[in-house]
Amino acid sequence: MAVSTTTPHTVTVLPEGAQFRCRPDRNVLESISDGVQAGCRNGGCGVCRVQVVSGAFTAKKMSKAHVTPEDLERNIVLACRIFATDDLTIRPCPRPAHVLTPTTSNDNTSMTAADIND
Amino acid sequence: MGMTGVLRPGHMQLKVLDLDEAVEFYTKVVGLVQTGRDATRAYFKGWDERDHNSLVLRDAGEAGMDFYGFKVADAATLEKLDADLKNYGVTTERIPAGDLLETGERVRFEIPSGHQIELYAHKTDVGNGSGYFNPPPWNEASERGIAPIRMDHALLYGPDIEKVQALFVDVLGFYLVEHILLEDGVTDLAIWLSCSTKAHDVALVRNEEPGKLHHTAFLLESWEKVLRAADLMSMNKVTIDMGPTRHGVTRGTTIYAFDNSGNRFETFCGGYQSYPDWEPLTWTWDEVGPAVFYHDRQLNPAFLGVYT
Repeated sequence: MAVSTTTPHTVTVLPEGAQFRCRPDRNVLESISDGVQAGCRNGGCGVCRVQVVSGAFTAKKMSKAHVTPEDLERNIVLACRIFATDDLTIRPCPRPAHVLTPTTSNDNTSMTAADIND
Repeated sequence: MGMTGVLRPGHMQLKVLDLDEAVEFYTKVVGLVQTGRDATRAYFKGWDERDHNSLVLRDAGEAGMDFYGFKVADAATLEKLDADLKNYGVTTERIPAGDLLETGERVRFEIPSGHQIELYAHKTDVGNGSGYFNPPPWNEASERGIAPIRMDHALLYGPDIEKVQALFVDVLGFYLVEHILLEDGVTDLAIWLSCSTKAHDVALVRNEEPGKLHHTAFLLESWEKVLRAADLMSMNKVTIDMGPTRHGVTRGTTIYAFDNSGNRFETFCGGYQSYPDWEPLTWTWDEVGPAVFYHDRQLNPAFLGVYT
């Protein structure tokens, strides 16, 4: 009997190893509440770039500016554009320019010009 | 007449991951009017724009902006500004008429922030669908989807924004409307520039990576329409980045959201009318939160870190 298309898979996020249940009809980023930063959620900005260490998945179109053909060979993808077809283990793999800086607020102004230009 | 030289932002070519999916998004959700298509591009305008196109989508396999173009008063102005740019030390190139549908010859140049900027004098007037005699105040196209009036402005991310400001002010006739200072109290984090009486026609945020797009903005006519846009975004499961809220800078009401290629767009209303003789408004670093998001009073991490 075929496996139900809504049977969730387990996604493990390294290095902490937090685990999330991930429906196969939802992209991996949607199912993760911690461990991978969310950006545009539509495959364009590259903030949620991850490496799939183990497990099978399908992928929708992703920005070639953030996922090159060489990246794809190493299973480096954008978490917002992949769908688990198996239990997955992933590791965040952001590009240096896309590590989000801390939030600033009017009672926490610790961010500096250097932070912005890093 | 006061308005000469550079008139307004006229077109932006935006890179998308999948042209058919992007066309569906900008037609059905954003509610722009599609006016043409060529081998790799689809052409749109806001319902009340009269020129043939403003937003041009290009099938690119990635997100981001190809170029941002400003309409100038006439052909003589285009020649003068091209000469002025060259005298200023800017290398310009000519893109022949017809390369963009229904658009005349364009002068293209790179600004110090790494963006491709264009000037052009002609784009075919196709009207807003209501005609030029005894027109009704709105029509069917103004009610379909979010249905912005026009493409309004853009926020660009890149380095050397003081050099960009000098070029836009000294050569192209823009003026500074508002700016946000960094912690040193001297260097600008962000600048808002106008070539008109709009509070901004283009804005820039200092960013190490050159040539990036933070958002392109579409104008709505009321705060109520901004709320209606938020409803439509939720109905269509659009990723909302921030809002509905208000900006401190320009006082505009706003939603930031992402299209289905990850390009941020803004549905924007308001902003005050400004004039070139006005003293620019200054926001200090300790008030950067309310400067950008007046109600949350803090930047979200995506404001500085998520762009295409």
